[in-house]
Amino acid sequence: MYSQALNNAPAEPAADDPRFQARIDAEDRIEPNDAMPEAYRRTLIRQISQHAHSEIVGMLPEGNWITRAPSLRRKAALLAKVQDEGGHGLYLYAAAETLGVSREELVDQLLSGRAKYSSIFNYPTLSWADIGTIGWLVDGAAIMNQIPLCRCSYGPYARAMIRVCKEESFHQRQGYEIMLTLCRGTEEQKAMAQDALNRWWWPCLMMFGPPDTLSPHSDTSMRWKIKRFTNDSLRQKFVDATVPQGLHLGLTFPDPALRLDETTGHWAFGEIDWDEFRRVLSGDGPCNRERLAARRKAHADGAWVREAAQAWAAKQAAGREAA
Amino acid sequence: MATTSIFPGESPDIQTRLALADDALILGHRTSEWTGHAPLLEEELALANIALDLIGQARALYQAAGELTGHSEDELAFLRDPAAFRNALIVELPNGDFAFTIARLFFVSVASDRRWRAGFDDPALSAVAEKAMKETAYHIRHAAEWLIRLGDGTGESHRRAQEAVDALWPYTGEITDNRAAWLQAVAPVLIRATLQQPKDSWMQSGGRDGRHTEHLGHLLAEMQILPRTFPGARW
Ligand SMILES: [Fe+2]
Ligand SMILES: [Fe+2]
Repeated sequence: MYSQALNNAPAEPAADDPRFQARIDAEDRIEPNDAMPEAYRRTLIRQISQHAHSEIVGMLPEGNWITRAPSLRRKAALLAKVQDEGGHGLYLYAAAETLGVSREELVDQLLSGRAKYSSIFNYPTLSWADIGTIGWLVDGAAIMNQIPLCRCSYGPYARAMIRVCKEESFHQRQGYEIMLTLCRGTEEQKAMAQDALNRWWWPCLMMFGPPDTLSPHSDTSMRWKIKRFTNDSLRQKFVDATVPQGLHLGLTFPDPALRLDETTGHWAFGEIDWDEFRRVLSGDGPCNRERLAARRKAHADGAWVREAAQAWAAKQAAGREAA
Repeated sequence: MATTSIFPGESPDIQTRLALADDALILGHRTSEWTGHAPLLEEELALANIALDLIGQARALYQAAGELTGHSEDELAFLRDPAAFRNALIVELPNGDFAFTIARLFFVSVASDRRWRAGFDDPALSAVAEKAMKETAYHIRHAAEWLIRLGDGTGESHRRAQEAVDALWPYTGEITDNRAAWLQAVAPVLIRATLQQPKDSWMQSGGRDGRHTEHLGHLLAEMQILPRTFPGARW
């Protein structure tokens, strides 16, 4: 499929082709059959597939509470949310496929451990408040990252993001509402909410990726308008939007250095533990092994089902030919 | 929410509403256990849809039961002990493999379809049935399509599908009021799936009277943990 797509495409421009850059600068959308530099294609495949994998792996920590949701309304809402994340995975794999790579190949990269996914999903969900916190903070951080992607130079990715962002905002509001209910509840519920914030706050700040000084792909991605804001600027936007929400809940952030800088109007925050970030990304987070093992098990356990569907379809096709 | 377990009344009207609601909730709960673990992504989404339909039906039915018992949907779901549940045994059995899940969904959905279509004197139930009928038609279609693919797919899928049908068969007596009609709906799909229809012999039952399998207690222990641990809390 990959070589086919290339054969049909016009001659591939160089990474610094001025005509390609001119299209980008003019805010033209690049579409699947357009000429594009190989590095542009590769960068997008990497980014879109990592994003798709994150949606799919992200179903696990929240899925962990579906059977224990504390009311029928919450159970239905959580199940629908986790289902939305699966749907995001599906459109994102489809967007990646427009670049000439198959979903099977991408899934194989995930299961073999070659592909990355968001580090946040390697943390455990230990209480019901984690479900509120994930909606509020993790979906909140995802929105900060993804709103600019709705204007990404690559058309299919930009369009997928528009739909995804609408659902993520709904998830974020729903998560915040869970937190609000807990924080207005009993002492035990409030303690549950505080404990969840304590555990998730720093990992959420890490979701924006390494600091700008160490971000390996940022410059070219910005030039190609795959990315429009730097990691640090998105992180700051997130902190500025989130801290007042947390204070409204009556919660305390686990950062003694957090304070409003009156001159800039931004919330200043403490040093992120980048060693922890690297450790989790390289496989030694609290749940990396479990998450990957769960995906591998689902894939292996489902092999006979996928084979049966294929065998049946082949029989039908053969039957139609014979008829 | 009350601290201790609740025991709704024994009147037949209450019991009918609870049996319908419990069937939907427990099967919905089991179906939701697949989330994140389904054999393919499209099926992940389909099973979540089905679970959502079932949980939605359960909520409407508990609200209908609540009109008679004075209990909220959450009290009925989270504060009854296993012996107060009125679901058929088949829905509480663990998911097993995908063939077992699909064959069960098919058998139960065919039975539910018949119940929705038979109509109810009770207007609260008629209202629920009208919506549930459409959802159940989709569940039947989805499960039947899979059962045919599995039965007539590979050697392994055929063996698993047949094992599932055989294992489930003794639990189907409890969900069929009119056995002949149920069999008439099920048989053509089994034939297309190249699966053998087991002979009817001893049928397991007891769920409608609160005598359950060992599995329901575990399911409820997990499902009810938060409302039971934090009595009176709102979520
Ligand atoms: Fe998502
Ligand atoms: Fe989300």
